[in-house]
Amino acid sequence: MAVPALSRRDLDFLLYEWLDVERLTERPRFAEHSRETFDAVLDLSADVATKHFAPHNKKSDANEPVMAEDGTVTLVPEIAEGLAAFTESGLFAASFDEEIGGLQLPMSVMRACMAWFQAANASTSNYAFLTIGNAHCIVAHGSEEQVDEWVQPMLEGRYFGTMALSEPQAGSSLADITTMAVPQDDGTFRLTGTKMWISGGDHELSENIVHLVLAKTPGAPAGVKGISLFIVPKYLHASDGSIGERNDVVLAGLNHKMGQRGTTNTLLNFGEGKHTPGGSAGAVGYLLGELHSGLAYMFHMMNEARIGVGMLATSLGYVGYRQALDYAKVRTQGRALGVKDPSTPPVPLIEHADVRRMLLEQKAYVEGGMALGLYCSTLVDEEQTAESEEERTQATLLLDILTPIAKSWPSQWALRANELAIQVHGGYGYTRDFDVEQFYRDNRLNPIHEGTHGVQGLDLLGRKVTMKGGAALALLLGRINETAARAIEAGGEAAEQGRMLQAAAARIQQSTERLWGQGDPAVALANSSVYLEAVGHVVVAWLWLDQALATGDKVGEFYDGKRRAASFFFAWELPKTGPQFDLLDSLNRDTLDMEPGWF
Amino acid sequence: MKIAVLIKQVPDTYGERKLTPEGLVDRDASDAIIDEISERAIEVALQQKDADKSVEVVVVSMGPAEAKDALRKALSMGADSAIHVLDDALVASDTGWTATTLAAAIRHIGGVDLIVAGDSSTDGRGGVVPAMIAEHLGISCLNGVDSLTIGSDVSGSQATESGTRAVHAPLPAIVSITESADEARFPNFKGIMTAKRKPLTVVSLSELGVDPSFPGLARSVVVSTSERPARAAGRKVVDEGQAAEELVEFLAAQRLI
Repeated sequence: MAVPALSRRDLDFLLYEWLDVERLTERPRFAEHSRETFDAVLDLSADVATKHFAPHNKKSDANEPVMAEDGTVTLVPEIAEGLAAFTESGLFAASFDEEIGGLQLPMSVMRACMAWFQAANASTSNYAFLTIGNAHCIVAHGSEEQVDEWVQPMLEGRYFGTMALSEPQAGSSLADITTMAVPQDDGTFRLTGTKMWISGGDHELSENIVHLVLAKTPGAPAGVKGISLFIVPKYLHASDGSIGERNDVVLAGLNHKMGQRGTTNTLLNFGEGKHTPGGSAGAVGYLLGELHSGLAYMFHMMNEARIGVGMLATSLGYVGYRQALDYAKVRTQGRALGVKDPSTPPVPLIEHADVRRMLLEQKAYVEGGMALGLYCSTLVDEEQTAESEEERTQATLLLDILTPIAKSWPSQWALRANELAIQVHGGYGYTRDFDVEQFYRDNRLNPIHEGTHGVQGLDLLGRKVTMKGGAALALLLGRINETAARAIEAGGEAAEQGRMLQAAAARIQQSTERLWGQGDPAVALANSSVYLEAVGHVVVAWLWLDQALATGDKVGEFYDGKRRAASFFFAWELPKTGPQFDLLDSLNRDTLDMEPGWF
Repeated sequence: MKIAVLIKQVPDTYGERKLTPEGLVDRDASDAIIDEISERAIEVALQQKDADKSVEVVVVSMGPAEAKDALRKALSMGADSAIHVLDDALVASDTGWTATTLAAAIRHIGGVDLIVAGDSSTDGRGGVVPAMIAEHLGISCLNGVDSLTIGSDVSGSQATESGTRAVHAPLPAIVSITESADEARFPNFKGIMTAKRKPLTVVSLSELGVDPSFPGLARSVVVSTSERPARAAGRKVVDEGQAAEELVEFLAAQRLI
């Protein structure tokens, strides 16, 4: 039997012993829930993911989607079966409001549930989570009628959703999109343009596909201020609400990817005239919310997706770690240092200190990433349900500043964990006989999509750190210092780590002031990726120390492992930020001054 | 029709299963889960309920406080109510005590037409409890049934060494099912939320009218335990033209062919 993709013990620790999500059940929104329902839905997720997602992970990787001449896409049938099981489980509606058929599961628990699916099969899980993100966006910004018409079928698992933002010439730079939406007399719009990298953009898995499409209207302001968001379904609805005419949205081609191959990734043409709904060319779209507010709405969806990407990266790192750990316990190789007698039996890999180093590194990255993702998810719960206005505002501020880190840190370090999982497997890890090479390939997408690593750096340093007079950064540093103070008070090893954390927080403050104090934004932003990585490591050190403090004096291997991993992070990882802060403080200009011709 | 399903919470077969020094299952050594064969038994009852909404499904378990998790899961899968027999006197029960207690629980429920159980749990592997309950209740017992049809009576097929045997029994009856029975459904989220409001009654031995000293009933006790010996090295067959014969000889000696 395969090793479980995640550690339920760890999830229980993070959710109940560290984040204390049970307290949420005292709030009206979550009053129907209890530890019992949280446990049951976590069990359910693990069960469905293990039985219906994991078994076809390799098969859907080996058999990528195929586009037939008529434009239909063929996938391995197990993807549809897995998603049918997901639908049957009722998880599509889990986090939504009761009034639209949801079950108001806290986002923190929901994310932990999602992680089971992401770890079991990244590709198949993408269809489900893109749909949930799309539905959340329509609920937040759409009309009641739009929710009834498009969200309800998504919550029932009948329709799937996408985000159609990028274009062949405009990926990270959304100001340059050219897709046009022309208003019609009946209040609808007709869209023409091409969208690139659209995951789940076409398939036969659902009755319909609801695209959320960024486009500009005639005469709209230039740049991002002129962008609006439209609901553009693959099939229009007939007057009775049933599936009607085919909309003018056409699959132009599939991208052939390094990983996550079970998720179709598409080039979509809108309004090329292949279909003529209502007798004329142009994809029929319905404006979501207000005109020219598309970017703000998109960020609503994108911020959710960014934390989701971070969790996907963590989940892939996690499952790789679990397999590497299992392998290191059963695979024997060599003998303990000093044992020369070749007739003694070889020892398991885990007996070798350097293998344990690689396992500890993975543990520190993936459990740190899980802590980060779930902490951010509790902030979503807090901003929705905390008792005071001040607490809700603070949750929003913290979530704003942590989102680029929650996306980028796991995408970088859980990917490194996958690399180490391959290394632990040795030559076998480089073969397709084991799963770890696929996890690496699947994970390699995560530093690229939903805002590249570089974009996250610009977002953190250029936008989040400076917004509201630096309020978000001040709040974050305050929280970090609170944990440091508790650790110092606790004494012993924790106190030493607390002092290290205080010093690291001070360096964030110092570097931020230095970068923005010198007056040239180009200089500040030239090293924003380094800033992102340094702050990310300090944030995860903070969360490791906070976890270690939550173990208190509890005894047992699990708690010993948590405390040791925290100590490892402080000894091996946090010091890496020193040279990064030094570089930032030096206002280095290498990347600015290097001329293209000099390469 | 009222169907009672007997379910057992067992250590997860994925985890390391250990015994305590007293020879009891060490429940702290691994996660406790609902036995897979018990889930299949629940599925049998729920399929009957799917076909006829008037069917009432009651799940019954005896075990420590944590056994309520197994019962709650059965409720979220679709069972109507649950009975949890919880009593310190039941620690280290053998099959005789278990059957006596469960039979009393069935009487306590009252009006049960059919009892469904797994043929053998993954921890105890006794496989005799259903027949013993039948004896206590004076009802028919169909043991080790692969597939089941429930109507005015209950019928099914049993695998035998040489083929399949069709069996049937009048109701009330107890049936134990094998792993050939349908795989269980998983609960859905709505089922989980609904299960919170379904009755889960905890009863003690005295409430069942059972004397906790089980007078007159012999009881098996664990005298000693020993770990299964480590697996010995396998035998290598090097093919020098005779490997096929050697393999056949080996398989025949093990009575595998």
